[in-house]
Parts: sequence; C-alpha cells; structure tokens
Amino acid sequence: MDIELITNVLFAMVRSGTPLLLVALGEVVCEKSGVLNLGQEGMMLMGAVTGFIVSFSTGNLALGVIAGMAAGIAMSVLFGALALGLRANQVATGLALTIFGAGLSAFVGTAYVGKPLTGIEALHIPLLADIPVLGPVLFQQDPLVYIALMILAAVWLFFRFSRPGLMVKAIGENPESATALGLPVLTVRWLAVMFGGAMAGLGGAYLSLAYTPLWAEGMTAGRGWIALSLVVFASWRIGRVLLGAWLFGLASIMHLVLQGMGWSISSNLLATLPYLATIVVLVILSSNASRIRMMAPVSLGKPFHPST
Amino acid sequence: MASPEPSRIRCQGITKTYPAVVANDNVCLDIKAGEIHALLGENGAGKSTLMKILYGVTRPDTGQIWWDGKPVTIPSPAKARELGIGMVFQHFSLFETLTVTENIALGLPAKEARNLKQLARRIQQVSEYYGMPVDPDRYVHTLSTGERQRIEIIRCLLQNIRLLILDEPTSVLTPQEVERLFHSLRQLADEGCSILFISHKLHEVQTLCHQATVLRHGTVSGDCDPRTTSTQDMASMMVGSQTTLGQSYPKVQSSEPLLTLQNLVAQREDPFGTDLKDISLTVNKGEILGIAGVAGNGQQELLKLLSGERLSSGEMIHYQNNKLDRLNPAARRKLGMAVVPEERLGRGAVPEMGLNENGLLTGFLEGLLNRGMLRRKAIDNFAERVIDEFTVKTPSVNAQAHSLSGGNLQKFIIGREILQNPKLLVCASPTWGVDVGAANTIHKALIALRDSGAAIIVISEDLDELFQISDRIGALCEGELSPIKPVTGLNLEQVGSWMAGVFNETESQPRSKEQQQELALS
Repeated sequence: MDIELITNVLFAMVRSGTPLLLVALGEVVCEKSGVLNLGQEGMMLMGAVTGFIVSFSTGNLALGVIAGMAAGIAMSVLFGALALGLRANQVATGLALTIFGAGLSAFVGTAYVGKPLTGIEALHIPLLADIPVLGPVLFQQDPLVYIALMILAAVWLFFRFSRPGLMVKAIGENPESATALGLPVLTVRWLAVMFGGAMAGLGGAYLSLAYTPLWAEGMTAGRGWIALSLVVFASWRIGRVLLGAWLFGLASIMHLVLQGMGWSISSNLLATLPYLATIVVLVILSSNASRIRMMAPVSLGKPFHPST
Repeated sequence: MASPEPSRIRCQGITKTYPAVVANDNVCLDIKAGEIHALLGENGAGKSTLMKILYGVTRPDTGQIWWDGKPVTIPSPAKARELGIGMVFQHFSLFETLTVTENIALGLPAKEARNLKQLARRIQQVSEYYGMPVDPDRYVHTLSTGERQRIEIIRCLLQNIRLLILDEPTSVLTPQEVERLFHSLRQLADEGCSILFISHKLHEVQTLCHQATVLRHGTVSGDCDPRTTSTQDMASMMVGSQTTLGQSYPKVQSSEPLLTLQNLVAQREDPFGTDLKDISLTVNKGEILGIAGVAGNGQQELLKLLSGERLSSGEMIHYQNNKLDRLNPAARRKLGMAVVPEERLGRGAVPEMGLNENGLLTGFLEGLLNRGMLRRKAIDNFAERVIDEFTVKTPSVNAQAHSLSGGNLQKFIIGREILQNPKLLVCASPTWGVDVGAANTIHKALIALRDSGAAIIVISEDLDELFQISDRIGALCEGELSPIKPVTGLNLEQVGSWMAGVFNETESQPRSKEQQQELALS
C-alpha cells in the first residue's frame, strides 16, 4: 500500500466514522444518566429525512442540519414521554421508536427518493490541511466532521470537569441517592435523552446531507445499532468512543479497500466486524464483575420511580 | 415563645397520612440548640416519616414547623440544607464510582463545590478536626462502612450545619467506632449544633442523648431525659407494655459436632469483597454459634460458602458424614440445612412473588411438591402457618414480598426456615429492622429450635443480640476468624477487640494456626 492509498483509506475512515461518533456521543450521555434508548436508528432516519427535505426545499444546508437535529429531539421527546414520564420499559420503548422512525421516515420521504442535492462541501482548514497525511485525513473534511470532534471534546470536558457532568454520572449510578441529595433526577435524564436525540438527528442529517447527499429509505443501514454497540465497546469512556467510531468506520469501508487490493471477501461478512468486536468487548468486560460495576451505569435501563 | 432563646427546631401537630396508615398523628418535637435529642420508636412507629418531613423529603398534611422561633415550611431537601439541616441516612446516599470529594461536592451548593482541590483540602481539615479522618481522593467503593458514614457526616458538617439528623448511625459500627462517633457528636453539640439521633438502641441513647422523644404508632408516647430514665421505662414507652428487654436465655454447652469448617479459604469474588483466611470452626447440635463482626469483613463470603451459593474446592466443609464443598444450595437444603441471607429482597425473597410462592422456594422439607407439580393447598397452608406463628402483618398469602415492610418480611423469611425444623440453620442478621416484640418472637423461635437439637449459626452485627441468644461467640475481621469462646465469661470489650482484629491481648506475637484451631474446636 502506498501512502496515497493509506491517506485515502484514513480519510474515508474519519468520514464514515463521523455519524457513528455523533450518535454514540449522544447515547453515551443518555446511558450515563441511566437511560437506555434503543431508538437511535429511528431517530437517525428521522433526522436524515427531515434534514434532506428542509435542505432540498429551502436550498439551505445549515437549516437542514438544524431541522435534522430538531427531528431527532422530537423523536427523543416521544421516547422520554413514554420511558421517563410514564416509566414504560425502556428497551421496548426504544425498539418501538426505531420501528416507528423507520416507517415514518419512509412515508415522509417517498417524494424525495432519488432527488439530487449538492451536499455539504469540504472545508480546508488553512495551514493544517497542508500537513502530509494528517492534513488530508483530518483537516480537509466537511464542517460537520469538525463539529463532531468539537462536540466530542465538549462532552469529554463536561464529564471530566463540570458539576453537571458529575451529576449525570451520579444519577446513572444511583438515582435514589441522587434524589436524597436533592439532585433533579428526571430533569437531568430528560436533558440527556434530548441531547441523545439531537445527536442522533445530527448523525442522520450528516448521512443525507454530507456523506451521501440523497435520501433513500432505510439509508442509515444499521448505523444506529452500530453506534449503540459502540457505546458498550467504548465501555462508556468518551475517548474510546472516538477510537471505536473510527475503528468501526474503518471496518465499514474495509470491503472496498480489500476489493481494491484484489481480495474477495464478502462485504456482508466484513459488516459483522463491529458487532463481533462488541461481543468480544462485552465478554471481556463482564468477565470481571468489578470492572462492569465501575464502568457501566448501574441503573441503566431501570425506570425510576421518585417516591414521595 | 416566651423562652429567651427559641428552640432550634420545634414542630407541632405534625400529621401525615398515607393511604393505608396514619404515619404521624399530631406529633410534637422540640430540640434546643446544642442538644442531642433522641427519637425512639419501633419500626413503623413513624420515625422515618417524621425525619423525612424535617428534611423536606415528604410534606406533612397538617402541622407547623418553627426554625429558630420562626415558622417555616420545608418543601425540599435543598431548602432544609439551606436552613442548616443535614441528614445522614441509614442507607448512605453515596456513589461508589465517584471519589470522596466528588461525592461531597454533589451534596453541596454549586458555588462551594466549584473548586474540587480546595474542597478536598476543606474535607481533610474538617475531618481531622472532628476526629473522623478520611482520604478525599479515594473512591467510595474502596471504603469501609464506617468510613462511608464519616463521609456522610462530613458532607453535612461542611454546610454550616445547625441540626444534624442521624438515622440509626450505630448499626453499622463496631463498639470502638461507636465510641469515636459519639466523641465527635459531643464535640459538635458542644459547639452549638443540635443533633437528632434516631435509634432503638436504648443504652446508646442513654450514654449520648440529653432528651428523648418516643414515638408509638405515629403518636408521641412520651418525652424523657434518657440519662435518668431506665431502659425498661423507655422500652415500655416504645412498645406500650411491659415487654422484657434483653430477656436472657439459658446458655447450653454441647459437644456433638454437626458442621465443621476446616481451614476454609476463599478468594474474594470481586475487589470490594474480602478473602477468607483459614477459617476453622465447629457447630454442635443444640447450640447457637454467634459470629460477630462489622459488615464487609467476610460475612457475605462465609454465608455464600455455607449456603452453597458459592462452591469451595477441596474438603473444607464437613456436615455429618457429607462433604458439602461441591454441593449446590438445593442439595444442601435436602440434607437439612436452611439459610436466611442478609438481603431480604432479591436473596431472601423474590420481590414480585407472593408470600406463598416465596415459601415454596425454600420449602424443600415440607412436601410442597407432588412429583414436580405444585400442591397449591399445601403451599398456602405453609405460608399461613408462618404468617400466624410469626405474626407477619400482610393482607393475604398472595401479597407480593416487596409490599411488606422490611420487618414483616424478615419475620416471614425467618419463620419460613424455622418452621421446616432444619438440622442446621445459618442466618444473617435475623432481627435486622424488626421491632422489639417481633425480635423477641424470633429469638424465642431460635432458642426453641436450638433446644430441639438443631445447630444454628447466627451472623450478626448486633452484639447485644449475639450475647443474648448465642452460646458461643467468635468474630470476623478482614476475613479472619477470632477464637470462639463460650458467652458465659465473655465480655463486650473482648468481642469488640476481636472485631477490630485484635485476637490476642496477652501476647503480641501473631497466634499460630494450631492455637487458633484449638481454640476454635474447644
């Protein structure tokens, strides 16, 4: 492999890893607060279709991105109303959200299938873009890639240094104690769920506006699920989410690379790699009772009944 | 108020009704500045409701609270903290995956907790000043129960506290730790902070408190000065009748071994557990062996190994002519063993299942099955017998386990095992959270079981209880077992020092294994 090929592969890796990164970041925050939202795929699809329709109709890409996020938030509010407000089973609610989102996005987007759109264009960052290898890989991407990395840094700082970040962690570990301390458990969980929705919507909009600027039914192709397993793969650590997103991104373009090199490996087989990796990580994690206790949010997925 | 200095907190006519019960009925309480005030009462007497009202967790239906003479309402814990009320819950509200400093920061107003380094220094200062040293940078999951309690108290102390509410603070401490806690509390009270000390341990109330308010069935049944009132009188106020407190039972000596542990060793299962080191003991038929120790010193591990929840390798557990090491709980129960775990919900009972079904779960010796099919009638009868004999308060045998109060469920779980007449009963904290009357019932049943020839191991943190019912006592400390000695001739201090890991006062050299075994087998 020559240097140019490597650069191209890495470039594609960052690109295809970005929607995973966005969605997984949202889900990490959500899960750290103790809420398991399996509706990522549905929220992404709604984000993708809404973003596309708005951009297509107005010709304004930024507006499309914002609309995609808003659609994600709207979906997450639906989830929150059921799972937090009515304390429905989170797993069932999340699955329903995915199915609902897939159906609704297909319905809303019928008229827009195959319509052309000029996607978000790359933005070269002066000076940095000229660094060999690193420049093309990281600094000749589109603005959403930079935004994703900035959000990553913000989330990391949030958990590392801020009091609300501490609150989210505490609430995810033990909502009863948090209530006793007077921490607003439900408010924090609502915000976390909505952040998750916004990120999923953004991830979806990235697909339909930047990655492949078009709308097709079910275009997320399981990325929501990959993002979910990515959270576990990263064992809820922010830094590892980035690593995982890029790794999974690499895995998803690997069949192209290998085909280019004359190997014939089924792309379906390669597509299973992220899930395989997640299973391996899960096994390693749960082989040690204390490790899972230290990393996984203890109250994850359990409805919280504030007692009066 | 006519008095020159108004009370720190005074409440009058506090009434709180829940759908089924009146938890507080016209309750009055008056705590002066710098006073250590005891709130006494059995379980379900309304102590926790009152304390939740004072801390703003619950709002009363009627009633008025005065703070420093001014009428106030306390709608939330935040408001309570703002007034200067701090609370240490019985179940600590700590987060295991966070450090001491982070935990404390979460309980403080945001502006005080912004700089964590500065906060860590303050924690260190305050903790040392009050004789409760903690390391601010440690993760909470690495701390002992006593240390965790200190964090809770320090968290309150950092907030300019003027009333500290402690809910059964001594139940998790060794006698020595209790002494240190009392020392710190007296220092705090001398500086003008009022303390509300919730307990049912009467002698502790006598040594520490200046005033006591006794609750019974939600109403105040009396006020007294615990320093001049006898424990018997206070107990009468609590229970309402002349219940004999700390009834003594005849001690027996027995020498027919039933279960023997030989150099039992076990690695901890998770890093927050304890390794068991070389535990040797014998329980004889017709005796109660008490195992003292502060929670987290290997009790859980020992219980799991005895029950079969965890298997051991080798030949370390001998029961009659059987080696139990590789036998699962069901097989052990078929041999006549019964176990009462410490955790009532989850280990002792399935929360969502009815009492009858929970009775079936361990009813191996009762013939509740017919070739694998349920005998509904027999199952209900068995549950009803337990409910009757142990006066379990429940609407029906179908009531879900988690709908019962802790004390009632405990009575049911203990009763379920005792009524099966096991040959060996292992029970952890048999009367934890149970009122005096029910504790007496349970104790009597245990003694009766003993007198019928069963061997009983009681693992408990409550030394009074152990002295009351055990025939021999040993203590666990950091996974090691102290010598086991007959209760007759043994004093509280001796067991206290065992619990602290001092197994031999006369010789400073480490004791030899043979010696320990000899003691254990004696």
